[in-house]
Amino acid sequence: MYAQMVDTGTKRLKTLEEMSPEERDFQEKVDAETKIEAKNWMPDAYRKTLVRQISQHAHSEIVGMLPEGNWVTRAPTLKRKLQLMAKIQDEAGHGLYLYSAMETLGADRDDEIQKLHDGKAKYSSIFNYPTLNWADMGAVGWLVDGAAIVNQVVLQRTSYGPYSRAMVRICKEESFHQRQGYQILLDLMREGTQAQKDMVQDAINRLWWPSLMMFGPHDDESPNSQQSMVWKIKRKSNDELRQMFIDQTIPQLEFLGCTVPDPDLKWNEETGHYDFGAINWKEFYDVLNGNGPCNHERIATRRKAIDEGAWVREAAVAYAAKQKHRAAEAA
Amino acid sequence: MAEWRLYEVFVRSKHGLNHKHVGSVHAADNEMAMENARELYTRRSEGVSIWVVPSDTITASASDEKEILFDPSEDKVYRHASFYKLPDEVGHM
Repeated sequence: MYAQMVDTGTKRLKTLEEMSPEERDFQEKVDAETKIEAKNWMPDAYRKTLVRQISQHAHSEIVGMLPEGNWVTRAPTLKRKLQLMAKIQDEAGHGLYLYSAMETLGADRDDEIQKLHDGKAKYSSIFNYPTLNWADMGAVGWLVDGAAIVNQVVLQRTSYGPYSRAMVRICKEESFHQRQGYQILLDLMREGTQAQKDMVQDAINRLWWPSLMMFGPHDDESPNSQQSMVWKIKRKSNDELRQMFIDQTIPQLEFLGCTVPDPDLKWNEETGHYDFGAINWKEFYDVLNGNGPCNHERIATRRKAIDEGAWVREAAVAYAAKQKHRAAEAA
Repeated sequence: MAEWRLYEVFVRSKHGLNHKHVGSVHAADNEMAMENARELYTRRSEGVSIWVVPSDTITASASDEKEILFDPSEDKVYRHASFYKLPDEVGHM
């Protein structure tokens, strides 16, 4: 979901008999829930898939700072501003934990970031939507981070050790984000004016469907999921996770006294889950392929940050070299 | 940013415990590695002490050395307390 549609580079699953002895040994370890660590042998396709998935996940955290950054200078109170900044700093941290996990696979952080800036790497579709009012900060925290938690809690059990450990760390911090968001909405709904309440409903109306799209295409449209599940990189399917998210979110929605823009949403006594309407997949693919409302703006902002920060990075290297030189002379 | 070195970060979560590996950071020098590690890994009082170590200075055992390095201890069961059976009358030892 933070990593949607990760290509595994495999067309079909191999049987144990078709595998090389190393591959079989690897698969048996995965099946036995033994974590794979950086120095262990792993199939090339597993390594590449992980680099794609973890880098996408990291990019999503980093780009995810931008829609929220929009509201730092517009936050209604100093308290809200501090909370928002703490949350944004966490997102930067999450990106770095993930790049760090990715680098244990031999990938280079700068190379992967370059791919993002060249438009060759994906990040979650959700961050290509604008944040138009203050209630969006609440809805993003509650829905977007809420969807992220559903996905990430499961990813704590992913087969690759460094990725799994990064997820554990991230999950600990993520619940602050969700509560922070929900509280913004609760306050507006409880104490707000009618205009403020309308603002909350408007934010939910715009972000509901994009949040459901975060989980990626339906299982039968997700050709790479099967291999990722066998490798236990993925632990639950897109549709399972989406359903979990909906089931846990609707009671919270009702508590707020709001609705979602889906006339087909209703509790199904038989299945014990909520039924919901059809997702607009054309919109999903449009956004994923770079044509969402903010794709260009997001990448342009990232590029600007890297380009305009170049002198800082160069100065740090020059300073370190000078200090080293001085220390050598003094010795 | 190739000149920025990779450092491994170890954090002592509280007094009396040992340092534990938590992840890595990039930095131009040791001081910056320490600052980055503090910002990244201890935003919520997760630690009381940090070590940063350049990654390329760590020597690690390779996974294929597992048998050579660790197997010999498997057949030395007499190194474990549970190997020595005591009569119940002796009590806890």
